[in-house]
Amino acid sequence: MDFGPYILLASLEGAVTAAVLALTAVGLSLVFGVMRVVNIAHGEFFMLGAVIAWWVAQSMGGHPAVGFAAALVIAPLAVAAIAVAADMTILKRLDYDPERTIVATIGLLYIIQQVTLMTYGPDARPVEAPFDTRLAIPWIERGEGGWQLYWPWGLGTTSYKLAVIGAAGAVLIGVWLLMSRTRIGLVMRATQMDRDMALAFAIPVEKVYALVFGLGAGLAALGAVLIVPIQQAHYLMGADPLLLSFIVVIIGGLGSLPGTVLAAVFIGLSDGIISVFFSPTLAKILATLLVGMVLVFRPQGLFGSRAA
Amino acid sequence: MTENSSTRTTTSRRGAIRTLAGAAAGAATMPLWARYTHAQSAEPIRIGFQVHRTGIGAAYGRWYDRTTQAAVKLINEGGGINGRPVEIVAEDDGTDPKRGAEVVEKFANQHGCDIGFGTLFSHVVIGSAPRAGELKLPYFVVSEGHHVASGMLNRYTLQPGITDVKSQVQAMAPYVTQNLGKKVTMVFPDFAFGHDHRDFFTEAVKREGGEVLAHIAIPPAETSFTKYFPKIPRETEVLYHVMVGPAVLTFVKELGEFFGPQRPEMFGFIDSLEAVAMDSPGLEYLDGTYFWEGMPRHVQADQSDHDKFYRDAVGVDDRGASVSDPTDISTYAHMFGCWETLHVVKEAMETAGYAGPGDRAALVEAVEAMTDMPHSRAHPQGAKVFNGKTHQVFGHQYISRVEDGRLVKVHTTSIEDTYYPDEVDYTTRAL
Repeated sequence: MDFGPYILLASLEGAVTAAVLALTAVGLSLVFGVMRVVNIAHGEFFMLGAVIAWWVAQSMGGHPAVGFAAALVIAPLAVAAIAVAADMTILKRLDYDPERTIVATIGLLYIIQQVTLMTYGPDARPVEAPFDTRLAIPWIERGEGGWQLYWPWGLGTTSYKLAVIGAAGAVLIGVWLLMSRTRIGLVMRATQMDRDMALAFAIPVEKVYALVFGLGAGLAALGAVLIVPIQQAHYLMGADPLLLSFIVVIIGGLGSLPGTVLAAVFIGLSDGIISVFFSPTLAKILATLLVGMVLVFRPQGLFGSRAA
Repeated sequence: MTENSSTRTTTSRRGAIRTLAGAAAGAATMPLWARYTHAQSAEPIRIGFQVHRTGIGAAYGRWYDRTTQAAVKLINEGGGINGRPVEIVAEDDGTDPKRGAEVVEKFANQHGCDIGFGTLFSHVVIGSAPRAGELKLPYFVVSEGHHVASGMLNRYTLQPGITDVKSQVQAMAPYVTQNLGKKVTMVFPDFAFGHDHRDFFTEAVKREGGEVLAHIAIPPAETSFTKYFPKIPRETEVLYHVMVGPAVLTFVKELGEFFGPQRPEMFGFIDSLEAVAMDSPGLEYLDGTYFWEGMPRHVQADQSDHDKFYRDAVGVDDRGASVSDPTDISTYAHMFGCWETLHVVKEAMETAGYAGPGDRAALVEAVEAMTDMPHSRAHPQGAKVFNGKTHQVFGHQYISRVEDGRLVKVHTTSIEDTYYPDEVDYTTRAL
């Protein structure tokens, strides 16, 4: 494949990864930023989103779009509800102590994963995409008769993949509006800045925490619902998103939403491009190296503030 | 890592000493129970079944289990082995080599199994077989890997129920180069099984006057594949694909999306679609492509009585799905290996007059002495020839073409097509 079309294809693939990664990582970042909880079970909320999406889609029947649309609403809400319950029954009892919540969320990871294995089983199951047309992408090249348009071999994407990128962008704008323009966002930011002062101003901090934990998990689940027609729901699928989300959040700065989104786009695109031109292993090596460099030279992340 | 494994060894050694002490205490009471040994000969023969119930091999594990249960039921209805019933002791290895070795150890030391059996994924076989050799536990793998016949493993590891990748790909190469094209690009999973494909198919294509243009290795845990496909050279005439793991459907779908209307000829190992319905959305483009099949998934016009009997016994319908759930597609091209292996074990145990773990060496020798295995109920996939020196069985291979979502058999290789010179003589090794 020629260089130009090749890099376009790599970028498109990377953009799909980046879109889903951004949703998942923003969820993780939100939870850390507001609650100071490092949620190791975040990847499992992602997995639960995919598994519930499969369950909803296959129990609806009818046109695939109906099942998918239902899954898009039900799965994130269900996962958010589970997360809120976990917050109230586990994290709250630990007083959100940073070390103990890490151990607790590790436990949560195994509970969610094994319960899924026991109920849903070990198989990978597909959800049918609501629409899925292959779109060949033209490329412009200077030939004998001047510039001309042609359709390179293998250069294409699907309408669904483009929709994933669009949907993720829309949701991220929604989250940003929620955080910056609404009262509930104001309350969240107040809690993030100074928990004690927020309490003194009669902000129901525990409710805010439950809400944020649910929102974070719901975002991960939403990312999973979007990706599940491309990949498949599987009980072990949470490991990669967790690792990548941590990489993104550390690079972008824990708790910084714009930083997280930028880092997700950067990691997603570079993963796509480096995988295509060199090897997927090298892409992971470089991402991990970058995390190391950031931790050494700018521990607060590229966009984080030092005060924590 | 090193530290960890040495700790584990110490622990298990301690455990072994404890077991030994227990055995010694048992032996001290011998006169009291020795007279009941005759009664004990009606004890079941215990077959340790190492099954990929979870992890990336789960779909295969589910069907290996069903096939094994069906074969054991049949054997027991026919009077068992040497008049003793067969009992399956199943242990999940999580498709994990480290866990695999532990499972083998449990079979030998805790469950008192007569043999170990049933492992599929090559990395798990390679991780587990050395332990089986140390424990002198006959270990019957159903894996397709070339590691048995290559001499990498040991005298106690045998593969009498399924052919190996080297013989399969070597028998496929002439058909591919003569009918589909001579310029081949290979896409395969990046672990032992995939490397067998890479090495032996490349060699075989070269012998046929063809050429492999590119090797594209994909990590077996990968979930998104399009990014690998631009490496497929434009002049490729045949795309050779083989993939395993939970994401195989994504793999084949994305392959179709990548090529769009301009696909080259395609030859795949059915592994890329085992446990996946041929009529899944996005797979329509596969019409006209070719697959290797260990045993044809869809019922063919010339179906043998043995295939029919086997299909009914396991509970598989005409399209290779479970009779109770048409969405549950079997791993039909591989799972016959469990059925055939258990029948080989039965025959060998009867020849050896197998009475208990003391006769394990005699059992290995009895299997090594086997040669011809005729097409029969015990061998529904087809006739086979066992090579006692390399511990590997050889048999027919099938090529199917996809026609309107059906896999239609278009070519059957001879057994001779699959032969290659011996690379090891296990019979010269100590028992």
